[in-house]
Order: sequence, then C-alpha cells, then structure tokens
Amino acid sequence: MSGDFNIVGRSVVRQDAYAKVTGQAKFADDYKFPGMLFGVMVRTDVSHALIHSIDYSGLLDYPEVTVCDINDIRGSRKVGVVTADQPVFCYEKIVTPGDVICMLVGADESQLKLLTAKVKTELEELPLITDPEKALDPDATFIHPDKKSNLIVHYPLRKGDVEKGFHESKHVIEQKYTTPLIEHAYLEPEAVTAVPIEGRGGVRIIGSIQNPHTTRRIVAEVLNFPLTKVRVVQAELGGAFGGKDDLMNIISARAAIAAIKTRRPVKVRYTREESVVESYKRHPYIMKYKVGFNDDGIIKAMKIDILADGGAYASMSPFVTWRTVVQATGPYEIENVHTDVRAVYTNNPYTGAMRGFGSPQPIFAQESLMDEIAEIIGVSPYEIRKINGVKPGSITASGHKLRDHDVNLLSVLERAERETNFTERHKECSRSANTKFQTSQKFRGSGFILKKDEMLDNRDIIKKGIGLAVSLRGCSLGAEGIDAAAAYLSVQKDGSAYLISGLAENGQGLRTTFSIIAAEVLGISPEHIYYLEQDTGIIADSGPTVASRSTIMGGSAVKNAAEIIKKRFEEMLLTYWNIKSKDQLLFKNNRVYEQSRSISFSELCSLAYSKGLNMSAIGWFKGPSVHWDEEKGQGAAYFTYVYGCQVAEVSANLLTGEIFVDRIVAVHDPGKIINLMGAKGQVFGGVTQGAGYALWEGITTYNGNIRENNFDQILIPTSKDIGEIESIFLEGEDIYGAWGAKSLGEPTLELTAAAIANAVKNATGLRYFNLPLNPEEILLSRKLSPNDLSRGSTN
Amino acid sequence: MKEEKEKKEISRREFLGKAGTGVAGSYFILSSLKQAEAVAKENPLQPPETYFGNIQVQLTVNGVKHKVRVHTNTTLVELLRDRLSLTGTKVVCNHGECGGCTVVIDKKAVYSCQMLALDADGKDVTTIEGLLKGEELHKVQQAFIDKDGLQCGFCTPGQIMSAYALLLNNPDPSEEEIKTAMAGNICRCSAYPKIKESVAEAARLLKA
Ligand code: FES
Ligand code: FES
Repeated sequence: MSGDFNIVGRSVVRQDAYAKVTGQAKFADDYKFPGMLFGVMVRTDVSHALIHSIDYSGLLDYPEVTVCDINDIRGSRKVGVVTADQPVFCYEKIVTPGDVICMLVGADESQLKLLTAKVKTELEELPLITDPEKALDPDATFIHPDKKSNLIVHYPLRKGDVEKGFHESKHVIEQKYTTPLIEHAYLEPEAVTAVPIEGRGGVRIIGSIQNPHTTRRIVAEVLNFPLTKVRVVQAELGGAFGGKDDLMNIISARAAIAAIKTRRPVKVRYTREESVVESYKRHPYIMKYKVGFNDDGIIKAMKIDILADGGAYASMSPFVTWRTVVQATGPYEIENVHTDVRAVYTNNPYTGAMRGFGSPQPIFAQESLMDEIAEIIGVSPYEIRKINGVKPGSITASGHKLRDHDVNLLSVLERAERETNFTERHKECSRSANTKFQTSQKFRGSGFILKKDEMLDNRDIIKKGIGLAVSLRGCSLGAEGIDAAAAYLSVQKDGSAYLISGLAENGQGLRTTFSIIAAEVLGISPEHIYYLEQDTGIIADSGPTVASRSTIMGGSAVKNAAEIIKKRFEEMLLTYWNIKSKDQLLFKNNRVYEQSRSISFSELCSLAYSKGLNMSAIGWFKGPSVHWDEEKGQGAAYFTYVYGCQVAEVSANLLTGEIFVDRIVAVHDPGKIINLMGAKGQVFGGVTQGAGYALWEGITTYNGNIRENNFDQILIPTSKDIGEIESIFLEGEDIYGAWGAKSLGEPTLELTAAAIANAVKNATGLRYFNLPLNPEEILLSRKLSPNDLSRGSTN
Repeated sequence: MKEEKEKKEISRREFLGKAGTGVAGSYFILSSLKQAEAVAKENPLQPPETYFGNIQVQLTVNGVKHKVRVHTNTTLVELLRDRLSLTGTKVVCNHGECGGCTVVIDKKAVYSCQMLALDADGKDVTTIEGLLKGEELHKVQQAFIDKDGLQCGFCTPGQIMSAYALLLNNPDPSEEEIKTAMAGNICRCSAYPKIKESVAEAARLLKA
C-alpha cells in the first residue's frame, strides 16, 4: 500500500468543525442538569503551614450549604498519577497557595463564593522553600514529611568517561541557563459535573478532562468504588496542552464526593484566576552545562546538571524529567556523557505535563551552547551541527543505536539551511551585530528620552538576526511508562462506522486523524465514520494522551482494528465471488473492486450483516519493549524518534529591547503525515507557543504566590505578535506507527525558543541565558519582578 | 488579599441594600458580591423569581425579544449563557482580555463579559447562534471550516463574531485591517495564520 494513498496525506476538514463554528460544540461548562448544585473551593492565604483546625461555625446560618472535606473521603486521601502525594482536601498541611481545604456546595454559586470567607482555619506557618536550589539543603523543612526528603526523583546517565574526555579537549566551556514557570493557558478553564447514577450507586463524570481513564482511576480510588462504577465522559475540550490531567482528576474527585453526598449533580467550574492559582505548569529548569571539544568541532565530553522545580507535588515530574535525561545532550553523538537530572519539591505551584514534556528547556540550553562552540572554533552553526549530529547507526547518550527508521536529522537541517540561505545570512548579520549594539548602549539608562520616530522604523536601531535549532525526540512514553493503546471500530450494515480510541481528543484533531486511518484501510470516505464520545464505559484504558503518543500509539491501534475487519470482508468475498486470492481485491472510493466487478461498500456491509459476519473489532497496539538501566541511565529509551529543525529570523530593537519574530521556517520529519491540514495547524500552534516561551511568557511567584493571574499579565501571543510561519515536512519511513506516522505536536514547540535565542544573539552580538528574552532581559540582563503582591491586577 | 476578604464579609443585607440603590458602581467591586440571595429552602430545585434579580431589561437576541430580570451586576455573558442558555458564547478570562465572549451589538464587536446586562437594555444582540439560518451556515462560518481556522474551538465563536463585525463594517479588508480587527481575540492553539485566511476567505465568499 505504500506510497499509494486515497486520503492519508491530504487535507481533510476536521470532523468537529461544524459543531465548533456554530457554537453547538458542548464544552464542560455548557452542560446543565436539573437540580444541579455548584461546588466552590475554600483556600487559605498561606503557602506552607500546618493545619490545626478548621472551623465551620460561621456557616451554621446557612443550612442550604453542604461542606465537603477530608471527612467525606472513604478511599484514598492523597492521589497522584505517579506518586500519591496530593490530598484531595488538605488536612495536615498546606504546601502551596492553590491548596484546597474544603468545598462548599449549594445551588447559588455566588453565595458560596461569599461564604468561603466564613470558614476559619487555625494554621501554623512553616518556613518556606521557594528556591529549588535550597530544597535539598540538610536543614530544609520537608514539604512532605512522610517522604523524608524533598527529592522527587534523580536520574543519572553515564556514558564513557567525562573526565578523560575533558582532558582530551582543547576547549572546555561552562554555562548556566534558566527557564521560567509556564502556564498552559488553555482558553477553557477547568469545569466538571459529577452526576450520581440513580439506582446503581455509581457516578458519571463529564468534564474538560484530558485523560478520562486516569480520572476514572483517581475518582474510584477516592470514593473507594470499583472502576466500573465511575464512568468518565469527556466533554469537548477547549485546549489542554498537557494541562488537564492531575488537577482535573482532583476536581472530578471533589465533585464526585459532593454528588454522592448530596445525591444531586454537582458542577465545579473555575474562573481564570482559580485556574491559574491551582493548576500545574511547565517546570522551571536550572541547567548547568560543561562541554569539551577540539578545533575540529568534535565534542569530546559533556557534563550536565539539571535541577527541575517540581513545586508542591510530584505530578508528572518523574516522566517529564526522564525525557530530559535521555535528550539532554541533544541530537548529538558524544563519546563521554555525565548527566544528572533532579526534580525537587518546593512550595511553588506544582509542575507537570505540558506540551514539550521536559524537552524545551534542555534544547534551549544545548542549542545555545552549540552556537557558542561554533563561534569559538570559527565555523557556522550549521557546520557544527553537521559535525556532531546523529546519523543512521549513531549511538545516543543512553547507548541506543538509531536504526529501523530514517535518521533524518541532517536531512531536516540541510533542508532548513537551503530554504533560508542560513549560513550566508548568519554571517552577514553577525558582522554588524556588535558595533550597532554598542552604539545603542550609550542611550541605555542615561535618561535619554526617545522621540516618537526613534522608537520605530529606525534602520539604525532595528537589527536583524537569524538562528537555528535542531532536535531528536523520542516518541511516546518510553522505558518509563506502560505503552499500549486500544481502538474500537464497529461497521454498520449501511456502511457507516463507529470509531473510538482509548486516547482522547485534546483539541488537536485526533478524531479526524484516526477517522482518516480507519477510512484509508477500508477504502471509504472519512465522513462515513462517526467518532464516538470519549467514555471510559466503552473503551479500554490506553494510558494518557501525552508525550506525543497519540498518533503513533492510537493510530496503530485504529489501523489494527480496521485491518481485522477488512480481513473478514476479504474472506467473505473469496467465497462470495468464488475467487482464490485476495490480492486482487481493492478497497477504494467506497467500493471493493476485483478485476472487472465491484460492489459498493454499503452493499458489502449489508451482505455481511445478512451472513452474520462480525463487523466490529477491537484493535490493539503495544509498543515494543524498551529497556532502561536506572543506575547508569543506559538503554534503548524510546522505540523510535522524530527529527526537526527550525530557523528563526528576528528583528531586535536595540533601544527598546523588543524582539520581533519575522519568520520561522519549521522543517520536521514526523513520519508519515495523516492529515496535512491538521499537521500544518500543529506547526502554527507549536511555533507560536514556542515564540511565547522565548519572548514573553513566564509566571513569577512571590513566597509561592503567583503574581500573574489573568491574561492582562500572562502574555500569550496574539495574532499580531508573530510573523510568517512556514512548515516543511520530510516524511521519513519507519517500521512503527500507522504507515510510519509518528508525532508532530510537541517537536514543533520544543525548538522555537532555542532558534529565537540564537537569532537574538546573531542580531545583538550578546548571548542571553535566561528565558524569556523580554525587553528587560535584553537591555538589562535581568528580570524586573517587583517584590510584592500588589502587581497582580486582582489582588 | 486582606482587603478582598473584608469585601467578602459584607453581610447579605448590606449587600442587598447596596444593590437595591441601583448604583452599578464598579463592576470589580460588585463582582464578588453578586447574587447573594439564598435559594428558597423549601424547594431548592426551583429558585425563586428574585434569585435572578429584580431589575427588568428588555433586549433582542438573534432576532428574538426577551424580557428578563437581572441583578445590577449581572453581565451580558451571564445573561446569555445562564439565563438564555445560549452557551455558544464563551467565558475565558472574564476580564476583557481575550475576546472569547465577543458578541455583536450595533455592528460592533463587544466583549460581553465587560458589559452589564443593564446596559444591554433595548439593544439588539447577535451571538454565534444567530449566524446560523436554519441549516445554512453563515459565510464566515463556512470560511472557518474551509480554511481550518480552528483547533480546539474554544476561541472560535469569539473569532467568528469579531470577523463578522469587521466584515459588516468593512467588506473588503486589507491583510493589515484583518490583523488589527482580530488582534483582540486570543487563540492559544494559535491557529492565527488560518484564522486570518478564514477571514479573507469570508470576505471573498460574502462578495461573491
Ligand atoms: S472572556 Fe470576555 S474578554 Fe475574555
Ligand atoms: S482554537 Fe483553541 S484557542 Fe483557538
């Protein structure tokens, strides 16, 4: 079938487009149930304290209000995707400002909000840990005393002998990089409704849930119910980017507790401010790199020490930082590597899965470093990557030999270089960089007042730059996770079909992609496939939709299901048409052909139905086993990889420090593209979010409290903030995935900030080590965060 | 923080007194106090009339006339979503920052989270639901489908209403005018290039 597709690789309109453009798509908060109550959270105003008592006497006058707290929990009091360290309702300690001590339930949501002030707590404040570098100090207070340490996880990786490598190197440089806390900023705030199932003693949950099966497990644990009594349905999801997992599990558990207690549907919906204060974010990293290399550009040794701020709870930290340890050296073949990645507990907002999943941070560091190496030995950024980049048969830092797929790193790099005329333009820009920047320096901080026309369009002040970044990315969860996925396909007698996969739509267009895969196998139009609502009652647990695993895992399972059914059809046709071999059968254009005869797909189905053929199948895909040696950090970490290269072209305003991204050229090898339209959308989305990461975004905290709590201060890119984005795909072959379809959503994001940082260096002649590269960073090389809470608009 | 706590602790009676004076005051102060009345205890499934407020407004939404009671601090989007069950309009920031709640009034794109229901009295409001005529999509909607101007779709109703308002006033916008008109609508999925294409396509379709 290779190379000859009917639908795969074309542009197909999203399945859900009609519902979404008409406002009919039902998001979590659009559901209403008769007799529905609301749940409102009660929080404290401290970041770290012991809870001595909670006093509800202020609520005595309000019998219509029900309180839910720790005493209503029959099962697990603490939950977590990996480590059960997060209380559903706090009862011993408050460890971060988002913590909830109880929930008020009643019919009038506004009244409940007022009444939260009537809940009084007696707290004993504890010393705060907000600096991750102090979390492991011997005298540091334990955030979770039962853990007896603030270390969430430590991954070492050892390959060769770094000391020997440094010894053999002519040049050794050391640098430190930091990245900020990032809010997912999905536009739809968290919302969920729990509805008691009458007569059967279970609960049905419908909400903005990223991973319905994980939510089901957590809710069942908390209620002490069997899994089957908790049925989780996913509402249309208004964006997640990795962010609607842990917190949604907990909010769902709270709603479920209240629904069971009041025997009424209970809805919990967050305001933007609540969403920001309680949701988890992307890990801030502190990264120290030491690298040894010679004049030929070959990197001899790399020593890496990375510290991730896990915040108050472990969440996905163990998975996220594991990806970091595998990919910390970047897509380079290096003889001697010594890496340590640690995640620690602090009183800051907790951090977990976010698009990128542990890769945007080290890529910023390692790609900045590569440019520095290139500059020292006097070659171009392109050249240095060619020298060290992985090729077919290369061995990664974890000792994994790359084969069984096209190792396309150098191909994407070369294509990007050609497309942008990179080397030449890089040289050109860097020639004038220093002098221009110095001229503008004399204005800085001298009280010089700009005239109107000097701010903008002044050729002397606007300086152009170009930069690039490359990556390799392991697909799916890798050696740390259980990797399998299910799909259910049921063809009806009129030729239409139901489809559902255990991996959930997160707004990225997964339903459309999966429908195309099934349609391609059966030779029918994707419109004939009806994608079912995501419901834990009808499909098997397939693990989380994270870590770029949906297309490769779920897509393979869907293909498997469709192939099972196709085979049954083929066998039936052998007898029906009395033919010997099925090689001549062609499923295409809603028909099945055999030489000169043919039958329409719907007739075929009605025939099959009358013959009692089983037209439903469950497809399954289990990732090949991967192996990991915990002590040395060695093994075939992921079963396959994807490659990408992005080039950023920027204009730097040397007076205001403002950086504008003129153009990004993104060259990716995501394996086979299933839906071209969806793929392009992923590139726009990833690159724009990556540009936000590079230039504006960043949540700052003061004593654990978040300063920026709504979009007036969380600066996410608007349509005017970024120039042209060009996507180019090089579809490499792979033995895994449906026809070799792998992943794209995350690779598109992880590279952009690094490419922009390199372009800024090219423009200004100065290198910056701390994201975001906002004007204060560019002009003053530091962040201007006021030290008090009053900066927040609603505080 | 402290100050806010105090605000919250104003008693119900005090609040009702204030609301009764009919002074809208600052929305930001009132927002944490709104609808402080308790639901009738006898029959909690049926909130009493006054639960929704005691000021009557009259407005047209998508061609249908409505007479409803609201509180002084009920916002237009609350009226649309909670009272009229027009849930196509989304609340994203409730802060006038994102455009997710955009509706069209008098040919202008309006953030419905920043307009009091009282101020919508006598107005003619169009929401995303109002663009569909029977089964037939409005050209702007069609363009968003054709050009794939969406991903998760949460910002989409707002985007479409902004585009609709732009094209009502300027049927032939330049690229720069499209960018400016759409700059008040955030899309975290960042479908921006395709949103711009969709708006240009909509202009083409409407002219044809
Ligand atoms: S919800 Fe109204 S502007 Fe954001
Ligand atoms: S489509 Fe998701 S926010 Fe715009």
